[in-house]
Amino acid sequence: MSNTRMIELIGVQKSFGTLQVLKDISLTVDKGAVVALIGPSGSGKSTLLRSINLLTVPNSGYIRVGDHAMDFSSTQTLPRDRDLAAFRARTGMVFQGFNLFPHMTVEQNVMEGPVTVLGTPKAEARELALALLAKVGLADKAGMRPDSLSGGQKQRVAIARALAMKPDVMLFDEATSALDPELVGEVLAVIRSLAAEGMTMLLVTHEMAFARDVADRVVFMRDGCVVEEGDARQVIEQPSHPATQAFLSHFHNGLA
Amino acid sequence: MQYQWDFGFLLQYKALIGVGVLYTIGFTIATAVSGLVVGCLVALLRLSHLRAATWVVTAFIEVFRCTPVLVQLVWCYYALPMLTGLELTPATAAFLTLTLYGASFYGEIIRGGIISVDLGQWDAGRALGMRRSQLMRRVVLPQALRRMVPPLVNQTVLQLKNTSLLSVLAVPDLLYQGQLITSASYRPLETYTMIAVIYFAILFPLTRLAHRLEARPGH
Repeated sequence: MSNTRMIELIGVQKSFGTLQVLKDISLTVDKGAVVALIGPSGSGKSTLLRSINLLTVPNSGYIRVGDHAMDFSSTQTLPRDRDLAAFRARTGMVFQGFNLFPHMTVEQNVMEGPVTVLGTPKAEARELALALLAKVGLADKAGMRPDSLSGGQKQRVAIARALAMKPDVMLFDEATSALDPELVGEVLAVIRSLAAEGMTMLLVTHEMAFARDVADRVVFMRDGCVVEEGDARQVIEQPSHPATQAFLSHFHNGLA
Repeated sequence: MQYQWDFGFLLQYKALIGVGVLYTIGFTIATAVSGLVVGCLVALLRLSHLRAATWVVTAFIEVFRCTPVLVQLVWCYYALPMLTGLELTPATAAFLTLTLYGASFYGEIIRGGIISVDLGQWDAGRALGMRRSQLMRRVVLPQALRRMVPPLVNQTVLQLKNTSLLSVLAVPDLLYQGQLITSASYRPLETYTMIAVIYFAILFPLTRLAHRLEARPGH
């Protein structure tokens, strides 16, 4: 177990009823690496992402993020609420639909994790929230409600909210898929700056050009399996597997 | 023949009426509070993954929702002691019945409010590392409550009106006092009209409040 590896998955399986969504997935992500998960819809990439912070609890396999590990291969019992919560607190997640808390201001959204989960004093949490909002370019929106923001602004608040937990890794689940095209850039710019700071990140994305330019590695999934993985530029520009080639051929117009 | 309306005689019964109003409001508040507490438990049990608890609670809800309160009251006061040997005073039987009847409706309102909160909100709270209780308190309930308040007020209006059925157990609520006044004065029209006016005076502000709360917050 090398400690340069931040995420380690071994033999992860997940079924919903009779449908097997993840078939024996093993994957490692180095500390500070950016990995893009690509693949057709229904390939299991979102389920894989959600099982890394146990929003989806796998049926079997081993998952480690930083110092926290869970082994699902032996036990049939579900992990306890407290253990799940402690595990998830170490990962940040950004959703396609933003999922900001509508009954709180922007600043309160960002303070919520530290105050409720970590017990950080409010004044300290507010300072942290303002710093993170400044970092994503939204310091002036601190007192506003999420419903008065644009999609791109909401997603940047969601990123700040996740960062407030000082996570070991950040998981992005199609973070730009619900955005108007002209708002995608501002969110990608924030993700790019996190990559430059050395944040370990795993992104499910349909932005192939972004994946190629920002990710270190690309993992292509289909039907619950990892079909191909490797250097980002290599996989996207010269995929070796026919399935990867077929999938990427849909995007090549936009990859200039 | 022209009926001569005369409300003046009611003044001599004002002490009796006052007691009736206190009983009606008292029972409403008491059973609304106890009904909400039991309703919360009922909702949480129905939302739990404990199969046996879900089954029992669902059966309880359906029995109380689908039978008349009047029968429940009579049954609780007369039949329950025969079956269990447990003697209940009319007030206790009334409190118990209205609590459980209210809880069966409140419980469904609360459950509906909780499951109406978008699943993405649960995901977001969990992803931050919240435990179940924190997620409920900080994320789900604040949003669910806003949606629950109008139907909860509505149900409480019905709860107050249902206290009129307590008269069958000789609990001296407003309607029971009205029946006493009627049998003494032979003036049911004035008496029942007065009772309707008092009910209206209590409930109308409450329904206005519910209407205000229905308006979206911040608008």
